[in-house]
Amino acid sequence: MLESYYPIAILIGITVGLGILVMGLGHWFGPRRPTQRKNAPYESGMMPYGPGTRQMPIRFYLVAVLFILFDVEVIFLFPWAVVYRELGLFGVIEMAIFIFILLVGFIYALKKGAFEWE
Amino acid sequence: MNETTGMILEWVIKGAVVAVICLIGFAYTTYYERRFLARIQVRIGPNRAGPWGLLQPVADGIKLIFKEELVPDKAYKFAFMLAPVLTMAPAIIVMGVVPWGTQANFFGRTIELGISNNLNVGILYILSVTSIAVYGIVLAGWASNNKYAMLGGLRSTAQMISYELALGLSFLPPIMLAGSLSLGDIVKGQQDFLWYFIPLLPTSIVFFIAVLAEVNRSPFDMPEAEQELVAGYHTEYSGMKFALFFMGEYVKMFSMSAVFSTLFLGGFAGPFVEQVPWLGPVYLLIKIIICLGLMIWIRGTLPRFRYDRLMKFGWKILLPIALINVVLTALMISIFGL
Repeated sequence: MLESYYPIAILIGITVGLGILVMGLGHWFGPRRPTQRKNAPYESGMMPYGPGTRQMPIRFYLVAVLFILFDVEVIFLFPWAVVYRELGLFGVIEMAIFIFILLVGFIYALKKGAFEWE
Repeated sequence: MNETTGMILEWVIKGAVVAVICLIGFAYTTYYERRFLARIQVRIGPNRAGPWGLLQPVADGIKLIFKEELVPDKAYKFAFMLAPVLTMAPAIIVMGVVPWGTQANFFGRTIELGISNNLNVGILYILSVTSIAVYGIVLAGWASNNKYAMLGGLRSTAQMISYELALGLSFLPPIMLAGSLSLGDIVKGQQDFLWYFIPLLPTSIVFFIAVLAEVNRSPFDMPEAEQELVAGYHTEYSGMKFALFFMGEYVKMFSMSAVFSTLFLGGFAGPFVEQVPWLGPVYLLIKIIICLGLMIWIRGTLPRFRYDRLMKFGWKILLPIALINVVLTALMISIFGL
């Protein structure tokens, strides 16, 4: 069983090596004449203004939390989908209840305005 | 040469071949896109380097190698270097589970076409690997220490994780029809039955839209919204580091087209593929080229979404439709007994 993972491990190794090689190519062949202006943050030619990392809107955090909630629930559907044919009517009803609970949560988030980006 | 060294050599060669196919696919996807977009906009496109401009991608690559690479003074150096590799690598690694064919003879040795065709968690592997690319984008935006890069990184992260839900749900109907997570079994299921895009047309459309958002393609190309953000998360990247981000995007287009073809368009299946196994890769490539053409056509036709509408579309329309598709597929299987 573990055998089918070896070729993938080798592919991952080759890919990471390729990425490092591409970075190396630029490093070896590119010129390197840094000046203070060149190394300043790029803001379309204006003088950089204020700090680079600042407070971010809280909505992004909300989206991330909702994503984790729903993603975990989507992962629960995968084993069910694989054995769906064997489960028969029992599987359908079980999953209908599960999706219903999911939907209630979704409608709650919707009504609370979690997806509004005015 | 004993059996173990033979197997390891075979895996290394297959890995290298797939990586090279992805790189050539990347180079010629850019060429294909520029020529096709030019035709849509009644221009000619690149036609100077080599016959019909076929050497244009090579010229671009060589040009980027000799460009200066800037690292901003205030950047977080290690994360800044790590981000491009982290964005590019998953795009190629996804190809590890896509089957290119069944067994074939290669210089008297029977090999499996594809790296790990029958990995029993194939679809979960695709989902988890594509999620890694999000880390690359967050890191790139944050490590640049530039406010536009930061905003671009946040935006594309929020977009990618929102559409990943619809993508994850759209993986379910083919699994239910095939009864397996392995892509080899899904292709086999389509050979026995029908190409899944016929019974699962709504799912395949949702899947395609979610893929467009996942690879940050137009009309969801928020990171490249030049009018609002300078260039999104890769504002501060130049030279080969920029090339890696570019590569990540196009290789991901290529590999997600391969996944789409495998799930919905029959993968390597086609006429006479049982008799001549080497036709498998050819059929898969043809299907990938058709999917890529569709993506480029959409880019040439549709304007960009506004960001708030994009998020609303993903959460309020695409996610419920994907969920309904799962329920409908479940009903379809139990009522018609497919």
